[in-house]
Amino acid sequence: MPESVVILDAVAIQRALTRIAHEIAERNEQSTDVVLVGIPLLGDHLAFRLGKILAGIWNQPVPVGVLDTTLHRDDLDQRTAPTIHPTDIPFDVTGKTVVFVDDVLFTGRTTRAAMDALNDFGRPRKIQLAVLVDRGHRELPIKADFIGKNVPTALDEKIAMLLTEAGAAKDEVILKKMTNH
Amino acid sequence: MGWTKKHLLDIESLTAEEIITVLDTARGFKAVGERAIKKVPALRGKTVVNLFVEPSTRTRISFELAAQRLSADIVNFSAEASSFKKGETLKDTALNLEALNADFIIIRHSASGAPHFLTRVVDAHVINAGDGAHEHPTQALLDVFTIREKKGRIAGLNVTILGDILYSRVARSDIWALTKLGANVTLCGPSTLVPKTFEQMGCRVTHDVDEAIRDADIINLLRIQHERQRKTMFPSIGEYTQLFGLNQARLARTRPDALIMHPGPINRGVEIDSEIADCGRSVILEQVTNGLAVRMAVLFLVNGGKTSPEIAV
Repeated sequence: MPESVVILDAVAIQRALTRIAHEIAERNEQSTDVVLVGIPLLGDHLAFRLGKILAGIWNQPVPVGVLDTTLHRDDLDQRTAPTIHPTDIPFDVTGKTVVFVDDVLFTGRTTRAAMDALNDFGRPRKIQLAVLVDRGHRELPIKADFIGKNVPTALDEKIAMLLTEAGAAKDEVILKKMTNH
Repeated sequence: MGWTKKHLLDIESLTAEEIITVLDTARGFKAVGERAIKKVPALRGKTVVNLFVEPSTRTRISFELAAQRLSADIVNFSAEASSFKKGETLKDTALNLEALNADFIIIRHSASGAPHFLTRVVDAHVINAGDGAHEHPTQALLDVFTIREKKGRIAGLNVTILGDILYSRVARSDIWALTKLGANVTLCGPSTLVPKTFEQMGCRVTHDVDEAIRDADIINLLRIQHERQRKTMFPSIGEYTQLFGLNQARLARTRPDALIMHPGPINRGVEIDSEIADCGRSVILEQVTNGLAVRMAVLFLVNGGKTSPEIAV
């Protein structure tokens, strides 16, 4: 029977995003060089939220794009063809500091696919990675620059993120423990 | 939502949900085609064979480009310059292609059912690019993609297919796709080319062209296929144009927002007046653009499909 624990509630999610925004601002003093690129399905919503907070810190709009990584995945052979989401990057990334925004960092394979996919849009000066939850179990040499919460997990556990933009009643991050006995 | 089929053999065996999955996936690929770099690595390392035993230009080029934009390697195989001339059977040709580790075989053949036959001979993904007078599934998918993009929906639209229905695999695939998605389909043309038996597929059949196009949201014109008619099915081309060709006078009596479609190649001055083919209501060239996106989607989806579909023999 699965046992669920709320690891972040709506207030904690908002607080984590605010802290990440301040860390991005601290790390990147040239605010005009920073653009955010969210990775669907949930990273794009988080990127738009972060963009608003950052715009408040810097007093200027922060460009936000959406990048689908589906076609660059390395496991397309091992699964049913996944759904393709729209990519929309309405600015040139060449020479910019691109901050990828994703919901959960797990194996690192999505981030690798995102770096590959971004190549088709230009050559950024730097790529940084912001995630709301880092659950560990990396399979590639990839590390997040900005982390909302570190959550040590077992491989058979699942992280469910609920966001109002994606139709949820309230924001919440839940850890589902799968107990076998 | 979702796609589990290993092959694309016909529209008849697809569900409405599967057709919608192709259309949604194709929308993503159309956006890829509009980027500066139009190539994605989704089928990197895969080999696609275009096995065109019957001549074709646009479908072959469309599949070729689709495979290349997905980073697959593609080999073209045409009947004129091949071992068919030397008497090799389709089965032996297919086994030879499989021995070269082809992952996909895209087949066009004059015999209905040739793609279905191939699935029993080889392990590769098989895509039907037109078999005899049976089906041309990717044409139907690009037609409904274009209609949905232009009109925002399929259900409830009046679609008139005008011309040579009897010999047309495009018509059969279109009828399946449109009726599954809830459109009202009307067929029109000379009674010899549009027999009443098509009513069994859930369409309305009429031989009065003005009545057929009056309330149409979509007018889909089909080419008169001289090569498939063993004997003359109507007295002359001139008479066909007179009675069934789309001209300015007829167009003036249609709904102002009705769209003109044609799978190509068009016979200017036969089934369609030259100016109409080039007018703002014609979406003929957009169909070509959409065909590329739809074929990329089909290659991408069948690559993920693991289970073989049930094949009605």
